[in-house]
Amino acid sequence: MTATTLPAAHRRRIRPARAALHTFLLITALAWFFPVLWAVINSFRDYDYTTVHGYLSLGGFTLDNYADAWTQGEMPVYFANSLLITVPAVVLTLFLSSCAAFVLSNYSRRFNLVMLAVFLAANLLPPQALLVPLFRLYTSIRLPYWISESGSLYDSHMGIVLIHVAFQIGFCTFVLSNFMKAMPTSLLEAARVDGASVFQQYWKVVLPLCRPSLAALATLLVTWIYNDFFWALALLSSGDKMPITTALQNLQGTFFVDYNLLSAGSVIVALPTLIVFFLLQRHFVAGLTLGASKE
Amino acid sequence: MATPGTTAAPPSAPPARDRERPPRRGRTSLRHGRRDRISLALMLGVPAFLVIGLVWLPAAATVLLSFTRWDGIGGLDTIEWVGAQNYTDAFTLYPPFEPALRNNFVWLVFLFAVPTVLGMLFAVLLDRELRGGPLYQSVFYLPVVLSLALTGFIWQLIYSSDQGLLNAFLALVSDRPAVDWFGDPDINLYAVLVAAGWKHTGYIMLLYLAGLKAVDPSLREAAAIDGAGPVRTFTSVVFPALLPINVVVVVVTVIDALRAFDLVWIINRGRNGLELISALVTSNVIGEASRVGFGSALAVIMLAFSLVFIAIYVSTVLRGAQR
Repeated sequence: MTATTLPAAHRRRIRPARAALHTFLLITALAWFFPVLWAVINSFRDYDYTTVHGYLSLGGFTLDNYADAWTQGEMPVYFANSLLITVPAVVLTLFLSSCAAFVLSNYSRRFNLVMLAVFLAANLLPPQALLVPLFRLYTSIRLPYWISESGSLYDSHMGIVLIHVAFQIGFCTFVLSNFMKAMPTSLLEAARVDGASVFQQYWKVVLPLCRPSLAALATLLVTWIYNDFFWALALLSSGDKMPITTALQNLQGTFFVDYNLLSAGSVIVALPTLIVFFLLQRHFVAGLTLGASKE
Repeated sequence: MATPGTTAAPPSAPPARDRERPPRRGRTSLRHGRRDRISLALMLGVPAFLVIGLVWLPAAATVLLSFTRWDGIGGLDTIEWVGAQNYTDAFTLYPPFEPALRNNFVWLVFLFAVPTVLGMLFAVLLDRELRGGPLYQSVFYLPVVLSLALTGFIWQLIYSSDQGLLNAFLALVSDRPAVDWFGDPDINLYAVLVAAGWKHTGYIMLLYLAGLKAVDPSLREAAAIDGAGPVRTFTSVVFPALLPINVVVVVVTVIDALRAFDLVWIINRGRNGLELISALVTSNVIGEASRVGFGSALAVIMLAFSLVFIAIYVSTVLRGAQR
């Protein structure tokens, strides 16, 4: 869009510069990709082979690391935990923040800015700054045993879901309310004339139109919540409830580390986010820059 | 083909349309019936309850606790008020505090000096029709989708003292003893920062790419007609137009530097050269010796720093949203 606005003569003059540019980009891109590539390569190599021949060698290719990481790391359990945390947290965050955004952008003019500031700032607080009271709060909230084996919000998936929701509502509400404010008012007025209740206006008129932002936010939330390490560490105590990000530590022995096994584990753990990245790239990028590109 | 294709403008409506709309709506709620008022209250009330109850109230409680001595286990009546004692102790009696402050500061300076500058450079270079542009872009932001914990594991493969690539390579070209990149307190911070920067650059690049797309093309055209070269155009036309993005980048970077935690925790729980305030808070609170009041004082120091920048961020983006 911008290059086409430059005069053609100007563009022709910078040909050698362009070659230098491509060389620079190619080298940096290769360097950037290298750590991931290195992990992938080593995940396919036999530990005994690399111990004898060193890592700067070729050969010893095997698929065993993946099988071992999957079973030794008890990956299925941890994946299930991550799923039980991520899916409800993403759905709830999007539902609640779209509700809040709907009210803030259409009705409560007076509270709009104050509430948005309260929500948005919450998203940026350092999690460590809430740790102690939250811990205390979580242990003192009793839950029936059919919801939480621990009998409290502490050490339950529900507790992790709630704190993710509370943290992420801010950013999502901000983005969605910007989006909703740009919608023509006539849409809601027409629905009102037809006798739609407030919730129907939200659910049937506004929400379907928000689909692009919801998709962008969803991809972003999936990676953020799936990647979380801190809350799981702080608010879960049973090993069998931990999400997959913390499971990698199990593959890291105290006295010796099988780096090929660790590589395979890392690749397995990264896979869901890599899939999001490759399939939903556009949504992901759109999500990251939502809110930021507003001037 | 065109680079902009992959970072399609965020799916929010252009501001131009915003302005056509009559500036005011609202006050409609008076016409609503009881049921509608209940739904409105719930739709805003439930999210507000969660945000205030689980984020703001605990943050306020942390501030209160920072003036107390408490083991965190006994009832609330075992809390003992000690005034500013925890803060004075942090600055005078707690050896890891000073290195942590320094490391957080080094972290911040590094994030600005390397990944932010590099991210801006990548964005400027990729913000035009360029063969392979989308591919380069994807490679640079690939690390953004990986978790910081995972980043730590991946970089261990390079930094490990006995099996890492870097030492294997150094052994080939020199016969100096292996370097313990993550273990040596003199260098591990910088080794970790390379990994942190690897992840941060892609994010900054994306922010700037989005910002560059929002710069009015006619500005550049005018600059080109006036005979300005690409560098001059950038410094005197494009960069000033990026002001809002610059504010966002500054704040995001400061907050990232303050909140940095996962990487150092994965490596050695933030000890032995990798002290960070976030890790000190965590180990004081969930570690063996639970020192709630003291840990809270450290957390409040973090909180105070972040709130300054959060306020700048929130006022900038909300002012933008108002227009």
